[in-house]
Amino acid sequence: MSNLNSLQYFIPELFLTVSILVIIIVDLFLKKEKKVVSAYLTALALLVAMALSFQQYNFSPASLFEGMVVLDSFAIFFKILAAFSTLIIVFISLPTFRDKAEYYVLLLVVTLGMFIMVQVNDLLMILLSMEMVGVISYVLAGYNKKNLKSNEASLKYLLFGAASTGVMAFGFSYIYGMTGHTNLYLIQQALLNNNPHPLAFFIAVVLILAGLGYKIAMVPFHFWVPDVYEGSPTPITAFFSVGPKAVGVALFIRFLTTIVAHPASTGLYDFTQNIPIKLPELLAVLAVLTMTLGNLSALQQKNIKRLLGYSAIAHVGYMLMALVVFNGNAIVAVMFYAIVYLFMNFGAFWIVETITPKLKSERIADYTGLGYRAPFTAVALAVFLFSLTGIPPTAGFIGKVYLFSAVIKEQWYLLAVLGVLNSVVSLYYYAYVIKVMFLNQPENNDLIEVPLYNKVLTWVLLIPTLVMGLYWNPVITFTENSLGLFFGK
Amino acid sequence: MISLQSYLIISAVVFILGILTILYKKNAVGILMGVELILNSVNLNFLAFSKYIDAHINGQLVAIFIIILAASEAAVALAIILNLYRDRANIDVTQVDQMKN
Repeated sequence: MSNLNSLQYFIPELFLTVSILVIIIVDLFLKKEKKVVSAYLTALALLVAMALSFQQYNFSPASLFEGMVVLDSFAIFFKILAAFSTLIIVFISLPTFRDKAEYYVLLLVVTLGMFIMVQVNDLLMILLSMEMVGVISYVLAGYNKKNLKSNEASLKYLLFGAASTGVMAFGFSYIYGMTGHTNLYLIQQALLNNNPHPLAFFIAVVLILAGLGYKIAMVPFHFWVPDVYEGSPTPITAFFSVGPKAVGVALFIRFLTTIVAHPASTGLYDFTQNIPIKLPELLAVLAVLTMTLGNLSALQQKNIKRLLGYSAIAHVGYMLMALVVFNGNAIVAVMFYAIVYLFMNFGAFWIVETITPKLKSERIADYTGLGYRAPFTAVALAVFLFSLTGIPPTAGFIGKVYLFSAVIKEQWYLLAVLGVLNSVVSLYYYAYVIKVMFLNQPENNDLIEVPLYNKVLTWVLLIPTLVMGLYWNPVITFTENSLGLFFGK
Repeated sequence: MISLQSYLIISAVVFILGILTILYKKNAVGILMGVELILNSVNLNFLAFSKYIDAHINGQLVAIFIIILAASEAAVALAIILNLYRDRANIDVTQVDQMKN
């Protein structure tokens, strides 16, 4: 579709761009005590962007801007997810960053980047959107400028990010050299029609996996995760663990469906045969390594944010596990898990953000007896942690059931067994936090006052986590209806 | 006329030099220079392929955007490194280890 015609299908992104500019200008005229208005404006902008994206379900799938981006229901699903996760982050950030307009503007810019990232259909757009999300994320990680840990998180994120993006771009250049195209669909056609040199293609795919793997924190490109998660401000850590990661998984799926696989008559997709190694097996090994390493490293953590960071790595492993089979069921399971993960992970981080200023510590040992000192908050954290483990009747259980059933249906029994064993290991460190909170007696018995705002937002995250564990039909139907990947120039 | 192979060999060498720079430099700005080397090798690849393989100018387009990417990334990176330098008067990455388990 030509550039001018495409604009009508690009309204959510255009709206976000305008609201970014408007909020920057409005903030200049606000008095110091009224600065919080820019946060509310951001929340409003995200709500409208969500509604506009939702409306796009009416359009038939199409490629926009001469094949640079595509608009399909898969992209719209992740656009809504990205906008919603940023919306919750705005509310999570409110107590800490009340009057920082530029902080909320940066969040909006990342959201715009994520919107584009799920719609990419060109190697150039993959690079640009990943950098748009990445560069702003480096700034957000170091938002507490005077805090040494925050500085360190920012520097590490930056160095790893810049290096892996460069490596990925090098892989792209080889793909371009082999096919003569930058459009993903045309690349797919060229790869199917004339077999590329196997070794060169293998090198290119591995180089690209380095960049994509860094984005979603896949082992062995996960080194940045613990430090960045521990050092960044807690709302930003929560943001990194859901929004950009879910979108990274979406990009990963789009990359797999277009470059290394093609639509098949039998299942939904077949992996291209001209790769010298078996890609499903490689992905299976990476998935097992990712979850095992995440879970085993989480066992010995003393800091709750670092623990949640390693658990985030493990959860990426579960999602990758479903991508090994790579049919419609598996992609739906991953999409559903992204929704579930949003609520439970934001919940856990929100409790950390609530409790940390009261305890003045992020150490798990200082959570001793929290069950007596702040009963509601502690119970809520316990529910979120149980959900992250995957224990019924929480949403995490249903999410994992879908992931594992997708794997088992395709007879990857060993992979499923290893996944279940990993869940058992994860139970140990999640339950350890719960044990510390409820079974150990605290040194001082003072009750901790939790503000009403914090309680309300906890309920907002708690209710979906519990309800989706019992009644998930509408959500899974919505997800199944969103499974439509567009192929075309 | 220079063959495509010559371009590819040069760019592969520059890429490897970039990777080695990233791995062995201790200075944060030095690591950034390694990243620039990698991005330039990518540019060289895209330009060479665009000339010899593609009938269009897609590769040249990508190269221009990568130059912009490198510039914006360097701007943010230098700001972050400057901030780090203000706080600890040192940009040796081996000494940035506040967080360890």
